[in-house]
Amino acid sequence: MATNDLKLLGGWFSPFACRVQIALSIKGLDYENIVENLNSKSDLLLQSNPTYKKIPVLIHGDKTICESAIIVQYIDEVWKNNATSSILPSNAYAKAIARFWVSYIDDKFFNSLRYGLFAQDDESKKKYFDELEEVLLKLEEVFNKLSEGKGFFGGEKIGFIDIALGCYLSWLKVKEKFTGTKMFDEAKNPGLVKWAEAFSAHPAVKGILPETDKLVEYAIAMAQGLAAAATAAPK
Amino acid sequence: MTDEVILLDFWPSPFGMRVRIALAEKGIKYEYKEEDLISNKSPLLLQMNPVHKKVPVLIHNGKPIAESLIAVQYIDEVWNDKSPLLPSDPYQRSQARFWADYVDKKIYEVGKNLWMKKGEEQEAAKKEFIEVIKLLEQELGDKTYFGGDKLGFVDVALIPFYTWFKGYETFGNINVEKESPKFIAWAKRCIKIESVSKSLPDQDKIYDFIVEIRKKIGIE
Repeated sequence: MATNDLKLLGGWFSPFACRVQIALSIKGLDYENIVENLNSKSDLLLQSNPTYKKIPVLIHGDKTICESAIIVQYIDEVWKNNATSSILPSNAYAKAIARFWVSYIDDKFFNSLRYGLFAQDDESKKKYFDELEEVLLKLEEVFNKLSEGKGFFGGEKIGFIDIALGCYLSWLKVKEKFTGTKMFDEAKNPGLVKWAEAFSAHPAVKGILPETDKLVEYAIAMAQGLAAAATAAPK
Repeated sequence: MTDEVILLDFWPSPFGMRVRIALAEKGIKYEYKEEDLISNKSPLLLQMNPVHKKVPVLIHNGKPIAESLIAVQYIDEVWNDKSPLLPSDPYQRSQARFWADYVDKKIYEVGKNLWMKKGEEQEAAKKEFIEVIKLLEQELGDKTYFGGDKLGFVDVALIPFYTWFKGYETFGNINVEKESPKFIAWAKRCIKIESVSKSLPDQDKIYDFIVEIRKKIGIE
């Protein structure tokens, strides 16, 4: 029973929708999970997010909130509860740092990963995956600094950066299957290797990240669709 | 204990202007350090923003905050005793963040194509720019400012780009006032506010800057 009147327009394949699911899970909130078919978007999605027509969208009563990072902050602020379930730090500077790295991840990490995965030629693939390696080295540094020896970017508990980066883990596993190379170089990213295990095993995360095989199938279909579009005759 | 606040900035940067406005709204004393992005980035900039090497960077008691919207939120949260820029209601806050993020995604890149590109690319940019302005005008509705009765987060995020309008309109061959009179009316209201007017350069100065850049890049 969705007593809080919460609906999520999302998709199991979307790392952005997963972020919202994890945030809701951390807060112990029930919600109606509506899986969108991106090839045939629902009227509800088109009405709720007319600006971008994208998932995720959180519908809370008569209010709609779009953009995953904004939704997660909304959830954190509405359900302030107690310190043990807070997602962003309370200190203003720590908050700014968390927002900075989430923005960096959504820009540098995401683009290198997705352009690399779907690049049509080997040279582009190499360029993007080389960039991704640089980004991972940086994030290893950030993890070591922010975790202060504990398990997560948020310290003892998972926080904003953990959720933002953690939701890309399934897609990193897709890259593993596509390229045959491990998602993290154990020599260069030992911290991230441990962090990934801890994140995936976290009670608030269990059951939310998609299974690799299912996502690989989805990614292959996506890649085929993109390749077909690229070679289609111009209009 | 007095706060030490430094802003690393570049005078034509609309992103830097956002932070200047926020600091002015809060009445915060700070040291403005001009970065010469055309020739040489200073060691301080490279030290304070090693990841992106960009301005603006706000430095508060030695601690750097990069990314203009993150810096503005930080300012609003730390100096929370006057002129709140974000609403106190979480839903209103989420909407303010959404539209500020929309401005970030749409105005700078599309605007750049207005004065940098030609032909089809420029035509596409013209169409998109007007669509973006119209959507923002719709979001403004009958409010005085995006923040309601007073300047808010979205106003601060957006008004700096108004200084680039003479450039956008001249090179892009568009007339924003004709397409969106309410938008221009909003902009003119904003620049009457002291914290805004003293933080923004003239449209003419920005126009001259764009002329110079075009020459340097070799655009006819």
